[in-house]
Amino acid sequence: MIRRFWKFFIHHIDGFLLTVLVFTLLYGLFLLYSASGQNFDRLLSQAISMLVALIVMWGLANLPPQHLMRIAWPSYVLGLVLLLGVALFGEISHGARRWLHIGVARIQPSELMKIAVPMMLAWYFEKRERSMRLSDFVVATILLLLPVMLIAKQPDLGTALLIAASGFYVLFLAGIGWKVILSLGLSAAALAPVAWSLMHDYQQQRIMTLFDPTQDPLGRGYHTIQSTIALGSGGLFGKGWLNGTQTHLDFLPERHTDFIFAVLGEELGLFGILILLFLYLLIIARGLYITSRATTMFSRLIAGSITLTFGTYAFVNMGMVAGILPVVGVPLPLISFGGTSLVTMLLGFGILMSVATHRRLVKQ
Amino acid sequence: MTRRPELRNLQRDLYYFRLRISVAGSIALLLFLILLARFAYLQVVQHEHYQTLAEQNRISIVPIVPNRGLILDRNGVALAHNYTAFTLEITPSKIRNLEQTINELSHLMEITTKDRKRFKKLLEESRNFESLPIRTRLNDVEIARFAANRYRFTGVEIKARLFRHYPQGEITSHAVGYIGRINDADLDQLEKNGSLANYRGTNYIGRAGLEQSYENELHGTTGFEEVETDSGGRAVRTLSRTPPTSGNNLTLYMDLKLQQVAEQAFGNFRGAVVAIEPKTGGVLAYLSKPGFDTNLFVDGIDTQNWELLNNSLDKPLVNRAMHGQYPPGSTIKPFMALAGLELNKRSPSFGINDPGYYTLPGSSHRYRDWKVGGHGFVDLHKSIVISCDTYYYGLAVELGIDNIFNFLGHFGFGKKTGIDIEGERSGLLPSQAWKMKRFKQKWFAGDTVSVGIGQGYNLATPLQLAVATATLANQGAQMQPQLVRQIQNSKSGVVTAIPPRIMSKLPIKPENLELIRNAMVDVTRPGGTAAHAALGAPYAIAGKTGTAQVVAIKQGEKYVASRVAERHRDHALFIAYAPADDPKIALAILVENGGHGGTTAAPIARALFDYYLLGKLPAHSVVAPEAPGGVEDSEHD
Repeated sequence: MIRRFWKFFIHHIDGFLLTVLVFTLLYGLFLLYSASGQNFDRLLSQAISMLVALIVMWGLANLPPQHLMRIAWPSYVLGLVLLLGVALFGEISHGARRWLHIGVARIQPSELMKIAVPMMLAWYFEKRERSMRLSDFVVATILLLLPVMLIAKQPDLGTALLIAASGFYVLFLAGIGWKVILSLGLSAAALAPVAWSLMHDYQQQRIMTLFDPTQDPLGRGYHTIQSTIALGSGGLFGKGWLNGTQTHLDFLPERHTDFIFAVLGEELGLFGILILLFLYLLIIARGLYITSRATTMFSRLIAGSITLTFGTYAFVNMGMVAGILPVVGVPLPLISFGGTSLVTMLLGFGILMSVATHRRLVKQ
Repeated sequence: MTRRPELRNLQRDLYYFRLRISVAGSIALLLFLILLARFAYLQVVQHEHYQTLAEQNRISIVPIVPNRGLILDRNGVALAHNYTAFTLEITPSKIRNLEQTINELSHLMEITTKDRKRFKKLLEESRNFESLPIRTRLNDVEIARFAANRYRFTGVEIKARLFRHYPQGEITSHAVGYIGRINDADLDQLEKNGSLANYRGTNYIGRAGLEQSYENELHGTTGFEEVETDSGGRAVRTLSRTPPTSGNNLTLYMDLKLQQVAEQAFGNFRGAVVAIEPKTGGVLAYLSKPGFDTNLFVDGIDTQNWELLNNSLDKPLVNRAMHGQYPPGSTIKPFMALAGLELNKRSPSFGINDPGYYTLPGSSHRYRDWKVGGHGFVDLHKSIVISCDTYYYGLAVELGIDNIFNFLGHFGFGKKTGIDIEGERSGLLPSQAWKMKRFKQKWFAGDTVSVGIGQGYNLATPLQLAVATATLANQGAQMQPQLVRQIQNSKSGVVTAIPPRIMSKLPIKPENLELIRNAMVDVTRPGGTAAHAALGAPYAIAGKTGTAQVVAIKQGEKYVASRVAERHRDHALFIAYAPADDPKIALAILVENGGHGGTTAAPIARALFDYYLLGKLPAHSVVAPEAPGGVEDSEHD
């Protein structure tokens, strides 16, 4: 009985992926304990978020991809409507219009779009699989750009670019021509000055400070300067867990959220970073493996996009902390404190597991 | 239907798909390697650089201000000391609306207009990021009330500070001086001296008197604390501590009681007293009257008090003893007489017949004696006792200005005495060279005449007169006047005496000195110009009275003190030492607009001698408070 229940329980779970994910999550908790200033409440709250996210992941893993496909376009449309709602009636906080009040809850529709956009595109290509033409890519691009523009308008350039990336991965895996990619890249480069002029002042500043953080050491450059000092002073083996001076003397801003990677670098050094890089690479490798063995167009595209988006998040966050990318509000996946991003991430891995474990069923 | 081609397509698609996955995977791996390279660069190559930056971030050096050394009188009575008090301080740079903040603070505790004015002045003088006191000496209730409301006031805090206090106030003001807040000019000076580091955290620096001249001894060595701070600058813990070394304590020659006796003896008069121990040059009393409350200056004086002091007709801020230059008048006569003896221009028995005036050969201009009709036969002894002018007119002309210049120079006239506080003036001892330089004119014989009675070009400070008198008392050896007797090292407790220093030593024949001394003793005996003041003294006083003209008297006009406005009356002078046969104390007294030296200045000397030699305090004020002169017109100095 128990064995049967256990079997039901783990039937749609990818053991390898789960193991690596759990290790990464535990590593995150370990870091958070130090980063939060040994705050048990925060640790507990994060642990609860993890449990919730794991349950969501389990649920998604048990949902066959075909079912997922069915909610693809409705969730996309819903997301789009909500984004329009935000643009019209959204609540302003920190100078940006990102939140929407619906009754009791306050939601951030862009979070939903992180999953909905790749699902929509994957669904679209699945539908057009048999007779794919260039026009389909044009349609797909429009489907992608609509929400991206709305989010960029909020303004939330970071999220907009990451969603654009997740959509682009779908296009790429769906087989968009190399020439098209090349011309897209070139036109993007050509459009960069136009985009620059359309950017808000603070967005321009963020990019400027990337090139020279010392320009404004106590203002916009402060984050980057302090995080690179934290990393650099950590050295090979770090100052020791709970012993980071940058971390514990409050020099490092947002140290338990977006900048938690600097805590890792300071306290555990390059050695600690290598462990995390290794875990991330294992996750990406497993994700790509699952992707390559997926049986339907939809599951391939969605699995590939999720995996590559995960890698993008990790890269952008670490690059930002290391001072080679502008400071955008991207959390370190699976590590940063915060329930929303955790649930979104593990929801994605649930889909990945679903893809991994339902392939035989599809074949049958 | 067309299943086959599709299957083949599927195979091919799968191939392309996997190719793309490998490309994506490779790009991901490549990006991660780039990151890794960046991390290795930061954490291995640049590790030391960033480690230094992190240390600089967290460690700040907090100076610990040393306690300022004490200034004590010869008996150990404090003339300047420190006490701890709580102050309410504002850091202007952290405050948006200063006026409003002060108004809000005034609901919690009393902030007077005086406080506001002083704060405003401080604000103008200091830099923005310093914290400046708005209120000092908070009481417990005020501290508690602010503590309960402190969340409302960022940039305002209570600090425990050491305050300098001058318990003797006015009496010691010109000798002890005061400290003041360090301003930009001080900082520049400190930077030039290379002592800026030692003044980190120090807010005060000596501004006047001993506080200024012994700044290096009094300040001490600043200690340092290495403190770990968080990003807000709050101290988290102390890493290491180098304790400060307190400043050294100064013990003076000055006797506070003697100083008080002098101050009392002056009554309502203005003037100065300098009393010196002849053998050492130690300054026993140093008073410039009126003084001022030096405590007002410590935290920046408010405009109202400043204007009061600065605009006062009495000029309390002027250090008369060393900054006031007066004609020495008849007090110059003993020195002139000694010059006559030493340079063989006069013998003790030589005498003149004084008709009441002197004329230069070939001139009809009469240089009048103070006594109409003259003193009759006057020899050297009598010339001093009754202060004959005619005798000295002739003597001066016979000596010639350059001889006078050289001889009197040995007694310190015309030069700075080298006393251990700053700001002294050198007076004026005229010479041919001086006149040529100053007026581009030749020296005339007529110029020499009035120099003989101290009314020519010559000017002396009371301090110079005291030094000259002490030199006379000390057999011609001029000692450098010295306020500080010894310095106690605050760390080791070792006391170092400052050795007496001879400025110049003139070999004077003892018999000549004795002649002068005897004459000066007779000045204070019946028949002398200061007989009244020395009445009943159980010791012998050698003295000489003097008068310094404030307004020039026209030829043929007679000076009548009672007719002259108070401020235009002559200054009274008296120089003396006692006991005459074994001098323990020599002094010079100037009483501004005091009239006759024998009447107003000499009694002050008597009070000082009585206290210093006998330990006797005056029963009541010895100085007649009003209307000197007039009555005793016949006894003009």
